[in-house]
Amino acid sequence: MTAFLTRRAIGAVVTLLIIAAVTFFLFFAVPADPARLACGKVCPPELLEQARHNLGMDMPVWQQFLAWVVGLVAGRDYEGLGHCPAPCLGYSFVNREPVLETILDRLPLTISLTIGAATLFLLFGVGTGVIAALRQGRPLDKIASVSSLIGASVQIYFVGTLAMYFLVYQWQILDRPQYIPFTENPAAWAYGLLLPWIVLSIIFTANYTRMTRSTMVEQLAEDYVRTAVAKGMPRRTVVARFALRGTLIPIVTIFGVDLGSLIGGAIITETTFGLQGIGRLAIRAVTDSDLPMLMATVLLAAAAIVVFNVIVDILYAVIDPRVRLS
Amino acid sequence: MTTATWTTEPAVRRGPGPFLAVRDLTVDFRTEDGVVHAVDNLSFDLEKGTTLGIVGESGSGKSVTNLTILGLHNPESTTIQGEIWLEDQELVSASRATMERLRGNRIAMIFQDPLTALSPYHTVGRQIAEVYRRHKGASKREARERAIEMLRRVGIPQPQRRVDDYPHHFSGGMRQRAMIAMALVCDPDLLIADEPTTALDVTVQAQILDLLKDLQQQFGTSIILITHDLGVVANTAHNVLVMYAGRAVERGTVREVLREPRHPYTWGLLSSMPSLRSPLDVPLVPVRGTPPSLLSPPPGCPFHPRCDFVDLAGREFCEGERPELTPEHGHADACHLPLRTKGEILAERAAGALAATKAAGGAARDASGGTGEDASGGAAPGAATGAAEGATGDATKGATGAVEGTAEDPAGDAAGRESAGGASAAGADRGEQS
Repeated sequence: MTAFLTRRAIGAVVTLLIIAAVTFFLFFAVPADPARLACGKVCPPELLEQARHNLGMDMPVWQQFLAWVVGLVAGRDYEGLGHCPAPCLGYSFVNREPVLETILDRLPLTISLTIGAATLFLLFGVGTGVIAALRQGRPLDKIASVSSLIGASVQIYFVGTLAMYFLVYQWQILDRPQYIPFTENPAAWAYGLLLPWIVLSIIFTANYTRMTRSTMVEQLAEDYVRTAVAKGMPRRTVVARFALRGTLIPIVTIFGVDLGSLIGGAIITETTFGLQGIGRLAIRAVTDSDLPMLMATVLLAAAAIVVFNVIVDILYAVIDPRVRLS
Repeated sequence: MTTATWTTEPAVRRGPGPFLAVRDLTVDFRTEDGVVHAVDNLSFDLEKGTTLGIVGESGSGKSVTNLTILGLHNPESTTIQGEIWLEDQELVSASRATMERLRGNRIAMIFQDPLTALSPYHTVGRQIAEVYRRHKGASKREARERAIEMLRRVGIPQPQRRVDDYPHHFSGGMRQRAMIAMALVCDPDLLIADEPTTALDVTVQAQILDLLKDLQQQFGTSIILITHDLGVVANTAHNVLVMYAGRAVERGTVREVLREPRHPYTWGLLSSMPSLRSPLDVPLVPVRGTPPSLLSPPPGCPFHPRCDFVDLAGREFCEGERPELTPEHGHADACHLPLRTKGEILAERAAGALAATKAAGGAARDASGGTGEDASGGAAPGAATGAAEGATGDATKGATGAVEGTAEDPAGDAAGRESAGGASAAGADRGEQS
């Protein structure tokens, strides 16, 4: 286990470094000039030069990248802005605020959005998938497959806007979504995010329903499931203890990927409901050519995927004793 | 090996009614291609403490019959007619709750492939213990003790340690032993073994069959043994039911069916098995053709398209009229050929075979004399294995001999079975040495 984790940690660092480098150099391949943006519309050459120096963009690209990596590991000093302790993600090109602080400020919302939505789509997706598999070919199965097809085809900005219009403005069942920290008031936290959770989970549920149904149908035909029935196990035990176990493997796989990408930011959901999460930060960073912010959001999304992949691999071994971590 | 104490007659006296009675069982599956007539009007009895061997090709309905006894068919697509009586409990009409109480408790099943039939996600001990907990209301601790005891009883070494292993830690033979332990944990009255040794190698096969016999003698369990291996039947069963295309074509004690086979399909099965005593250059005779589609079984006798004796019995008879299993009791078969004609056919065949054996036997002796020195090293283990496989062949020869009335060895099949047991043991020993 220790050897496994060490190896995976080294792999993760290498992966993240490569992703960071590619992102960094790609940024300079785009013909946008952050210095010109910082300088403003009327910008004499010497002011532009000054702006470029302030942003640290008068150095060669590789030196800039090296400085960014060193800052991340050991901290970094900025002219006029002072020392930025490790892990230093730099200062935003746009408002000169420390990137790390902004990220940490937005992260709780994104995590809250992820946890709530993931709980919903996991429960409903797997639940309807299991029911559909047990009622193969019956009306309930058909309803489940049609609704999951619809769920997979709709878009968040469509369902979200529709839900906002009716539930919030027309019928006034819910308030406008807002983020209240969990630590402040758990009930208000859940109430404020309920709508985005539901809308976000609609999109994901479909995938889990279909995956669960098809795997469950296969599992129910397995010999060892028949053995369990032949042993006189009640149907519920047969399904929960035997058939569901094998179904968990593909579910855990896609769940890891989905969680990772949600931590990276639910851009459309945040935009639709006017929430300030990591997703909107990432979009802004791109449109503003805000290199430090862009690097931070990309790195966060990549790190989330990498970490959840390791967790998924560990879960494989927990679910299936035949899997060895190596 | 305890083969010598094994008799071909039922060990237990007959009570008022049979322990298990299957009556006019008909099983149809609805599939996309149409209705499959998997079992057609099947009846048989099983007495307490005896073993019934059900023999037939793949798709002859033998497995379906037994899944139906346990109620393991898919109720959505299956139509079942007839009755299955386990003492005074009818099983076809029984509720799901009743069946759940019976399964694993009074009726247990051993499946063909222990690798896929055991859950890969749970320890062997837990899979055994949960049956005991479910049916006997035992505590976790008691059930675990029981699981260890069962593993010891089926001959798993170090059961206290192995109880926490997963099936993938077990070898094929050990998995099948664990499977048997799981089936027997509640001391069932009826054990259905669906090709329990097919997935195992020959030496382990003999051990597993011996284990089943020992357990039957200890606990008086009735066993239905489904197999396509007549050697296994000769070795273990008291009675035999030969199935073809979902129907019983021959029924009798193991001695009757193997020594005096009456149905041409049984003849075919017997002559397609290798024999130790027949010379090497006499080819095996497979049953020609393929089993019929159960979507649309042939009219009349389902075996007639593959039968060599249609013209003897009368073609319009075989193609038009379905033969019933007659007589009602004792050794019976479903064939239009008169018994007397069958006797003549078998006598003719036996004479031919005997002549061939004598002629080829001499040639074989000469040949082995010539190459004996260089071949002797590797020949012995091979011969031992051959002996194990040849058990049925001996029975066949014994059978033809008996019909002819000039039996070379009146106790042919019994001796053959004993020697088969001994031979497979020898095979095991030598296999380990080499």
